[in-house]
Amino acid sequence: MTGGMNQLAAMLTGTFEQGFLFGFLGLGVLITFRFFRFPDLTAEGSYPLGGAVAGALLVGGTGPGLATAAAVLAGAAAGMVTALVHTKLRINNIIAGIVVMTALYSVNLRVMGRANIPLLTTPSLTGEAVALANRIGLPFREGHASTIAVTLALLALAAFLLARFMHTDLGLAVRATGENETMIRALGVDTARTKLIGLAISNAFIALSGALVAQDHGFADIGMGTGILVTGAAGVMIGQALFGDGSIARWIGATIAGVLIYEFLVIAALRIGLAPTDLKLVTAALLLASLALPRLRGAR
Amino acid sequence: MLRVERLTKSFRSGDSIFRALDGLSLDVPTGAFVTIIGSNGAGKSTLLRAILGLVEPDSGRIVLDGEDITAWPVHRRGAVIGRIAQDPHEGTCAAMTIAENLAMAALRGRKRGLSRAVTRARADAFRARLAETGLGLESRLDARVGTLSGGQRQALSLLMATDPAPRLLLLDEHLANLDPRISEAVMRLTAARIAATGVTTLMVTHNMAEAIRWGDHLVMLHAGRAIFAAEGPAKAALTVPDLVARFHDAAKADLADDRLLLSG
Ligand SMILES: Nc1ncnc2c1ncn2[C@@H]1O[C@H](COP(=O)(O)OP(=O)(O)OP(=O)(O)O)[C@@H](O)[C@H]1O
Ligand SMILES: [Mg+2]
Repeated sequence: MTGGMNQLAAMLTGTFEQGFLFGFLGLGVLITFRFFRFPDLTAEGSYPLGGAVAGALLVGGTGPGLATAAAVLAGAAAGMVTALVHTKLRINNIIAGIVVMTALYSVNLRVMGRANIPLLTTPSLTGEAVALANRIGLPFREGHASTIAVTLALLALAAFLLARFMHTDLGLAVRATGENETMIRALGVDTARTKLIGLAISNAFIALSGALVAQDHGFADIGMGTGILVTGAAGVMIGQALFGDGSIARWIGATIAGVLIYEFLVIAALRIGLAPTDLKLVTAALLLASLALPRLRGAR
Repeated sequence: MLRVERLTKSFRSGDSIFRALDGLSLDVPTGAFVTIIGSNGAGKSTLLRAILGLVEPDSGRIVLDGEDITAWPVHRRGAVIGRIAQDPHEGTCAAMTIAENLAMAALRGRKRGLSRAVTRARADAFRARLAETGLGLESRLDARVGTLSGGQRQALSLLMATDPAPRLLLLDEHLANLDPRISEAVMRLTAARIAATGVTTLMVTHNMAEAIRWGDHLVMLHAGRAIFAAEGPAKAALTVPDLVARFHDAAKADLADDRLLLSG
């Protein structure tokens, strides 16, 4: 009985910790996958780029705040390169993403200097936040709970800012670029610019995920981005299947909930004895289910 | 003043080349409301799309108010040209609300920054504008445009294309997909917006009676050229049989040309 409760508690802790860390990834993928309507493979390079930049800087003695901020900027730059390849060279957006993803593999190796950087002894953003809390007299300790709290606070801030942005004049133009490019150009908007902005924000979010995960897991690895676009897309799709798509706030909330559900199911799959190598199969099944669910419901 | 100078555009389909615009020239005085008629394939849409930058002409110039805009990118023209296409889906964003669509249009050609798009003041202004349309949209500011009827979407497109007033308004059969009652209402609205803003307008239509009834100039296109134009009282005195006769003459001339080619 208590064993079961403890197990559930551990599963939920894992879900929230990993799910909130991946929340930024989900929001980044939401922008490209849903608003711009294409799978942006830059994610597979910008996510490890975030980990690589933060990791290299942390090892070099930079503080976690600055290192994480630098990772975010690097991600934004990667997204901009994809946008420029697409708009200036007039290359299909999916291909542009693949090209940049491929290039980033080498860039990431250069940034890290090797394939893996251990970060067990360097300070982390969570640790920094806990230390700050302690200094003002709050008795927090570093652990799963504090990671969850710090990540949730950051994610809530990011989600709020994203929602606000999507309701500004510029944000509307960015959304319309994905939905009706002919119309928004006819209203005088240079869509090369709005694509640049959209892809920069998307990949900044994704790189932030990578930087936070690297600090939480205690290492940055060249292979950490493999399959990451599918993880983000699964969150977006599960969220949409369960909570629908209405306002921007709903899109954002549904995506974060979708990522959490996805993480919970992955952890549950491991608990019931599936091998980590079988996880991709689970992911595929979840993707199919989230795609089929709304259709089956509609067909009834 | 809009000047279209000797515009040509050919489309290649397979081995054959089709001349959609064949040295077309047109002068439109500032503030004129021109109706454009012509049979299918006459080049009406191609002309409007060339002015918008959606089609790149092979030769010729487009000059708007003394500025040569032939090489301007689409978005730069969009800043000064309003447009409504035949398809109601083209002029609006289905997933966004009525208010958001109007807010995007309100900044036509202006810099878009990080201020809130749908402010209370703007919403009030939108409500007033929508009330003028008489389509009951003023109470549905937060409804997504995808939930509107085709007629309502075209009326919304009209507001978006004319508020703020552009220097040029291009209408390409914007009533074609609407039922007669709604079509009449949207046309009245169109005429009212044109009168209120004084915007220079080109309106393509297949309805000859409407082409005579509305506007102060009429141009007939055939095979990529303007073959007939009328303005003022002469235009007002036109009848549908007049126009039909002119179509037949043009078609007969084509036949004669073909015969010449065959015998030569
Ligand atoms: N993108 C294109 N590729 C190939 N041919 C085209 C293209 N656009 C137009 N055309 C051809 O150019 C000719 C003129 O077309 P356009 O659309 O301008 O005619 P229109 O006067 O608008 O006719 P309608 O009354 O049917 O709308 C047609 O024969 C058409 O098939
Ligand atoms: Mg046409």
